[in-house]
Amino acid sequence: MTGHQHGGGAPATPTPDAGSSTARLLFTLAFFGALGGGILAYTYQKTLGPIRKFAGEKVEVAVKEVLGAPATLDTLYLVGDKLSKTLPQGADVLEATKVFIGYNGKGEQIGVAVEEFTPGFSSEVHLMVGFNPATTALTGFKVLSQTETPGLGDKIEKDPSFMTRFVGKLANPLKGTKSATTDASTVQTITGATISSKAVIKVINKAVGTWKPRLDAYAKESGK
Amino acid sequence: MTAIPVETLEQAPEPIVPGAPPPQPLAMDFWRGIADDNPVMIQMLGLCPTMAISNQVSNGLGMGAATLFVLVFSSLMISSLRKVIPNEVRLATYILVICTFVTIADLIMQAYSPLLSRTLGPFVPLIVVNCIILGRAEAFAGKVGPMRALADAFGQGFGFTLALLIMCTIREVIGSGTFLGFHLFGPHYEPQLFFIMPPGGFLSMGLMFLTMGWWGERKKAKLAGASK
Repeated sequence: MTGHQHGGGAPATPTPDAGSSTARLLFTLAFFGALGGGILAYTYQKTLGPIRKFAGEKVEVAVKEVLGAPATLDTLYLVGDKLSKTLPQGADVLEATKVFIGYNGKGEQIGVAVEEFTPGFSSEVHLMVGFNPATTALTGFKVLSQTETPGLGDKIEKDPSFMTRFVGKLANPLKGTKSATTDASTVQTITGATISSKAVIKVINKAVGTWKPRLDAYAKESGK
Repeated sequence: MTAIPVETLEQAPEPIVPGAPPPQPLAMDFWRGIADDNPVMIQMLGLCPTMAISNQVSNGLGMGAATLFVLVFSSLMISSLRKVIPNEVRLATYILVICTFVTIADLIMQAYSPLLSRTLGPFVPLIVVNCIILGRAEAFAGKVGPMRALADAFGQGFGFTLALLIMCTIREVIGSGTFLGFHLFGPHYEPQLFFIMPPGGFLSMGLMFLTMGWWGERKKAKLAGASK
């Protein structure tokens, strides 16, 4: 019988079907691509809810935290370069830039909370900054996202005592120093994380600098 | 034809794929990944994530779990479909399969463990290019049956996690004075920040390899001594 040639043939030939047709190669790749795509589309749909929910909760928790538990919250949207109570028709609420105004039980304004970011030591530092637009006094800040050096730079998020150094300080503008200070607009940076600490200060100055004029303009307009 | 060709008798019912690992009990396939052929300590693969995320034990656990998930599912899928994957496009196919499972792992982490997902950052998507996974697919899962591929994937996955945990423990305990976030030494301990920085990573890894090398040499010497 001669049909046994490849049965005991050279073991160097990998498989009998070495040299598959182009169609089969294309089909295999297309099949695995489609299979992967299908599985991913399903997983994406299943996880989209929790991911969005978490992002929303994170913002809400952050706003409440930086304003010190306000009784009521107002949301203003940035339309063009002006603040407005309503969004133009068809705009996506999730995509819009927002500012949150917190009021205490008597209806007095406690402060505003805005999201701002700047490059830090090894990542972009995103903060929710709470401040009083009239005096520029800070009510607090919360790190929304950062991937600074674990154990050093990430203390801006994980060390609660760092945040408390900012409460009540005036951002006109805010400055950083390496030693302890009682100055009204200077805060002490974290040892070993000067750049990350300075990034926080920069974000706060940026937030107050860009949002105070807008808020003042809005207050003037709505006050008329 | 009178006699059955000798080769047919010698070969197993299923023709052995050239380059396939020799048959072994499943327990050995599993155990190899943890000790004798540990992906990090012996094969020296996956060193990038090992270095990058090993400054906290919680990171090590998360990274180990994500890698184990990807290894197990991609090995299982590749092994089950090994006969329909043409040789010429096997690597591209493996990468497609691996990408799929890495993205699933990333999405699941973002949805149900957002904090861990944030600290691990880009290193979860980067599991795609972790040599351990493609290495196992090419050297093992693509050539053996699903049961062996699974045993091997679990072994390699746990082996990787073990190596990560050793590194993480050294670095977190010395560098932050904590273990899984719990303070170990009281307020007077000054954390050796050096260990959570990259140089500390290189040093810890070197120390780990040194210990493993010394241990391996000692084992070899004992075996040599016993056989005399």
